Amino acid sequence: MPTLLEIKEIAPAFKQYLVETPEIARKHQAGQFVIVLLHDHGERIPLTIADSDAEAGTITLVVQEVGKSTMEMGLMSEGDQIEVVGPLGTPTHVEKLGTCVCVGGGAGIAPLLPIARAMKEAGNEVVSILGGRTKELVILRDEMTEASTEMIYTTDDGSFGAKGFVTNALEQLIEERGKPDIVIAIGPAIMMKAVAEMTRPLEISTVVSLNTIMIDGTGMCGGCRVSVGGDSKFVCVDGPEFDAHTVDFDLMMKRQRTFLSEENVARLRFLESHKCKATKGTEVS
Amino acid sequence: MGRELTKKERMELPRQSMPTQDPMDRIKNFDEVALGFTAEMAITEAERCLECKKPRCVDGCPVGIDIPAFIHEMQEGDFEKALAIIKQANTLPAICGRVCPQEDQCEQVCVVGNKYKPVAIGRLERFVADWEVAQGGEIVMPERQPETGFKVAIVGSGPAGLATAAELAMRGHSVTVYEALHKPGGVLVYGIPEFRLPKKIVEDEVGNLKKLGVELRYNFVVGKIASVQELFTEYNFDAVFIGTGAGLPYFMGIPGEDYIGVYSANEFLTRVNLMKGFDFPAFDTPVGMGRRVAVVGSGNVAMDCLRTAKRLGAEEVICLYRRTRAESPARLEELEHAEEEAIDFRWLSSPVEIYGNDDARVTGVRVQKMELGEPDASGRRRPVPIEGEQYDVELDTIIMGIGQGPNPLVTRSTEGLELNRWGNIVVDEETMMTSIPGVFAGGDIVTGAATVILAMGAGKVAAEGIDTYLRETVKVPKARTA
Ligand SMILES: Cc1cc2nc3c(=O)[nH]c(=O)nc-3n(C[C@H](O)[C@H](O)[C@H](O)COP(=O)(O)OP(=O)(O)OC[C@H]3O[C@@H](n4cnc5c(N)ncnc54)[C@H](O)[C@@H]3O)c2cc1C
Ligand SMILES: Cc1cc2nc3c(=O)[nH]c(=O)nc-3n(C[C@H](O)[C@H](O)[C@H](O)COP(=O)(O)OP(=O)(O)OC[C@H]3O[C@@H](n4cnc5c(N)ncnc54)[C@H](O)[C@@H]3O)c2cc1C
Ligand code: SF4
Ligand code: FES
Repeated sequence: MPTLLEIKEIAPAFKQYLVETPEIARKHQAGQFVIVLLHDHGERIPLTIADSDAEAGTITLVVQEVGKSTMEMGLMSEGDQIEVVGPLGTPTHVEKLGTCVCVGGGAGIAPLLPIARAMKEAGNEVVSILGGRTKELVILRDEMTEASTEMIYTTDDGSFGAKGFVTNALEQLIEERGKPDIVIAIGPAIMMKAVAEMTRPLEISTVVSLNTIMIDGTGMCGGCRVSVGGDSKFVCVDGPEFDAHTVDFDLMMKRQRTFLSEENVARLRFLESHKCKATKGTEVS
Repeated sequence: MGRELTKKERMELPRQSMPTQDPMDRIKNFDEVALGFTAEMAITEAERCLECKKPRCVDGCPVGIDIPAFIHEMQEGDFEKALAIIKQANTLPAICGRVCPQEDQCEQVCVVGNKYKPVAIGRLERFVADWEVAQGGEIVMPERQPETGFKVAIVGSGPAGLATAAELAMRGHSVTVYEALHKPGGVLVYGIPEFRLPKKIVEDEVGNLKKLGVELRYNFVVGKIASVQELFTEYNFDAVFIGTGAGLPYFMGIPGEDYIGVYSANEFLTRVNLMKGFDFPAFDTPVGMGRRVAVVGSGNVAMDCLRTAKRLGAEEVICLYRRTRAESPARLEELEHAEEEAIDFRWLSSPVEIYGNDDARVTGVRVQKMELGEPDASGRRRPVPIEGEQYDVELDTIIMGIGQGPNPLVTRSTEGLELNRWGNIVVDEETMMTSIPGVFAGGDIVTGAATVILAMGAGKVAAEGIDTYLRETVKVPKARTA
């Protein structure tokens, strides 16, 4: 079973895990994810591969603690073993297009990292716009700086970069320099929707990576389905990336709330039994 | 020694009825419904067999178990010999005795059935298998032949994969089973519920496989972490068997199917069975089922969903099926058990639209009344809508149990693999070899959603085909040349 080699807290309620899993490290391509299982009472947690090192046989996961399972993962120790399956999902279509704007918000910055890197390696100009509620929640800044040709930051509270949302920065960027060849946006659904709505009238091709609720991640249950261009698609196999202008974000956001009451039960029960140890987690954005 | 009975006396013995948990008790638990024969009942039931010279039941059995021979041993009370006879043809009797549609197979053609009720062959099979477990297991263990040095990869650990693995291991080949999920068994584990097939039985069978030297790797999705080609080139296998099943859920394509509360049968059953969601929050995966539940379809899958919903505490559980009870493809026993459990069967009913509220949660369904028209290609009378006859049902959960197709993960990632127009793999039926030399396939991925016994049978044929291919075509194991 794969071993957790290193666990680092990189921001409040954000942990970065280095996992030893040579076969997955060798096969990983940008845009793919894994599903982890912490123990035999656990649930299957989909997490994007934020980085991989084929030689060292490791992958990196960056996890925001939003509920029971992610908080419980945060309590694991280096040397612990977990089940990991992957790499799952269709890899990002990487191609030299010209200018690529990568828009990342919150935990969405982690999945963006390998994509930005691949787009840059393919010869694109990569302008990354990263945002968060406050400075310390804008994660992976160093890694993203390395993977990009230019960085723009926004925070809701103005503690870092421009005050405002990533969409404001994107709008300004387009006004100043014209239309990029592609926009890749990953973050909370509401952010991806806002980006899609902004770029649609401008006809800028825009890709988003969706994080619907999953179980198997292999196309077996259909629980992850979203409506894309009027068709039902399975995010785990047909995606997770889709043309932003065809995704029904409203329905997707509602579906993400399917288990809200159960999630609260699990979270409270967990906090009750781990009063001292667990961090409180952050609100789900 | 068995009793001396005339043919007439044998036939006039009443078919022993299966002891079951009381319906009103069992809808509150997930324990097995059918409790199994006692030894006495089993011997009496065995005495009903006429030991025909030309036994029709054997022709009705997809794997050709020597039924009169094993039943004869049961009449004598020699369960060990009976078991040995069954195991010659079927390595998973505890499973098949529980889930085979006997009324369409051996018992359908049993001569006693012409006038009386057929011999309860399936229940006898189950009795013998359970007897072995009650004795501590492994009374009849297959032997492993000397190592051949050949390596075979099995993709998928459903009945097709498990049967192929067992056969190949006995022939001395080195076998590794790769499974996408974190547990082995395929549909036996994620689909068929505990109350029909206790998971312990599947675990025991997998345990026996390990004792035979078979290696199992979980969390390994072929087509993602390694392609079929790479199993040859990078993992050094000499042959590959694909038994990935029919795991792709179908939806109806009616409005409202993406609302919250609409599940595929696979999602619902996986949450409950594989992830143990019935025990949430002790287990982390929620099920999220509501109080008024409809299941669309009337096959085994639908029966399992209906009866699971009942056990999870749904107040109302409705079955919507567009044909009638007579056309229902479920095993008769499951249908009868579901009826005893107060499932509200609405025959000749087909949903046409699902309603939801502003939060996109299901609130109801519009049902179209149907009637049976002319026979269709399957020979069954085609259901046709009765114009103007629609009604609404208030609901919060709808489960689609209308069928599954082949999952394209492996097939799409394997260049040169011939598929039919439904996406199933095309094989040579004698060897189960696909269009790619050295790549074999069997089970639901070849036939489309079928049965456990057909999948197992296919696995046996494939094992024979693989064995011949290794000895006659490959000749020298890769591991030895590398
Ligand atoms: C393809 C994909 C990639 C992802 N990558 C990352 C990542 O790199 N880093 C990261 O921090 N998070 C990632 N997520 C989200 C992560 O899987 C969820 O935050 C996690 O499952 C929440 O579980 P929980 O028990 O901690 O919280 P819960 O309290 O159970 O849920 C909190 C919210 O997370 C979502 N969620 C719950 N269960 C699931 C599930 N089984 N599958 C998907 N979402 C669920 C729901 O919308 C829910 O409202 C990804 C999700 C997907 C689908
Ligand atoms: C709910 C339900 C109830 C049923 N009831 C009955 C019954 O009462 N009687 C009966 O005879 N039949 C029944 N059936 C049908 C029967 O279960 C199937 O016909 C049988 O399981 C098919 O076996 P298989 O080995 O071909 O496939 P499966 O059992 O589907 O197993 C395939 C396995 O392959 C794995 N897999 C898939 N893709 C990959 C991949 N890319 N890499 C690695 N592994 C992979 C899957 O995870 C799975 O474990 C039922 C089916 C269902 C769904
Ligand atoms: S057909 Fe019926 S009576 Fe004849 S051997 Fe088979 S089980 Fe016995
Ligand atoms: S997670 Fe089950 S089909 Fe996508």
